[in-house]
Amino acid sequence: MKKYWWKFLGAALLLYSVIFGFLGEVPRKEILNETIRMTYFHVPMWFSMMSLMITSLVFSIRYLRKGNIVFDTYAASFAAVSVFLGLLGFITGMLWGKYTWGDPLPKDPKLIAVEVGLLIYSAYFILRGSFEDEQKKARLSAVYNIFAFASFMPLVWILPRLTDSLHPGNGGNPAFGSDMDANMRFFVFYPAVIAWIIIGTWLATLRIRLKLIQDRINE
Amino acid sequence: MKEIKNLIWKDIKLELRQQHTINTMLLYMVSTVFLCYFSFMLRISSLEAITWNTLFWIILLFSAVNSATNSFRKESSGRHLYYYQLAKPSSIILAKIIFNFVLLLTLSLVGFLLYLAFLGNHVQDYRIYLLAIVLGALGFSASLTLLAGIASKTDNSSGIMAVLSLPVLLPLINMLIKLSKNAIDGLEISASYDEILTIFGIDLIVIALSYLLFPYLWKS
Repeated sequence: MKKYWWKFLGAALLLYSVIFGFLGEVPRKEILNETIRMTYFHVPMWFSMMSLMITSLVFSIRYLRKGNIVFDTYAASFAAVSVFLGLLGFITGMLWGKYTWGDPLPKDPKLIAVEVGLLIYSAYFILRGSFEDEQKKARLSAVYNIFAFASFMPLVWILPRLTDSLHPGNGGNPAFGSDMDANMRFFVFYPAVIAWIIIGTWLATLRIRLKLIQDRINE
Repeated sequence: MKEIKNLIWKDIKLELRQQHTINTMLLYMVSTVFLCYFSFMLRISSLEAITWNTLFWIILLFSAVNSATNSFRKESSGRHLYYYQLAKPSSIILAKIIFNFVLLLTLSLVGFLLYLAFLGNHVQDYRIYLLAIVLGALGFSASLTLLAGIASKTDNSSGIMAVLSLPVLLPLINMLIKLSKNAIDGLEISASYDEILTIFGIDLIVIALSYLLFPYLWKS
């Protein structure tokens, strides 16, 4: 119980955020209307994706410093789950965009950034697939992971601020601060963010355990 | 410093002796520009500035990817082992980056002249456009050298190279197209400070990372 209490916490928070996300009170806004509830799902998925990508990066750096092959398994699994969450976030975003912007894929710098991010991580997995030797695969893909992450960051954090984006918080659009009221943020949004991060980590640890057991069997 | 100079000199000599990369790349550049010219044949005058600019950067991007792929394949792996014992990995990567930068800069300038000759001229401010080409060549050479190092360890290096490098280069190419669009419109240089700074920042990040990460790559 001591070791896996956080899994219960994650599941409970997720259930809570889904129930209250659909049933709770939300401010009535023009255009947004009920679609404002998408912030409980779409945004936490991105937060979770970003935090898992950073975790993957940290494990890649630790692999290069220590040379322990287990860290490579960690890095790859966290990256895989972050791509999965990225796809979920992409789909929910398209759904939301269809009803609020009138177009599931408008020309928006943040959307482009995410598309590039997904391309980068797909390239990461293709690179991993093209090696036989474990250590070589681990080392080269760690190098690529760090390099790609660093060149991906300006795209996400700097470029959207230089150009106008349709997303809240950019180019004169209202940020979440003004769209979501305090109730929405404290009682549903923050729990949802924590829930998605925990669920993502849980998925990644399951993958890691599976991979480690498979490796043991193969030996 | 002396080590780096010797390594660059070695690459230049090797290049001049084999004349393999530079000629291939020049011909590649000429044929692509000519291909564009041929495809737009009757419509050169109605080619819009934005199409003109984007096409030029795409040609440069593909030439850069192609020429960088060769940077670790020219010599045998036995020779690499020999350098591994002689020189520090950090000086090897810096030498390769500088060499690739010179190569790419030459290629881009030749390409630019050809492009001007064949596809007409839209540029109003040459200084900013040339600055964009120099900064672009620097960023391309720094990121592509490291990625070529990764790709050269795989079996299918040219395919992997394209897959690895295109998403990584996208932020850079995005900013370069913006900066060169400003040059085409003849805007004041102060209007493009943001772009110049961002590109310069990306270039610095990429060079620093290549410098830090290459030793790990070189080990295998």
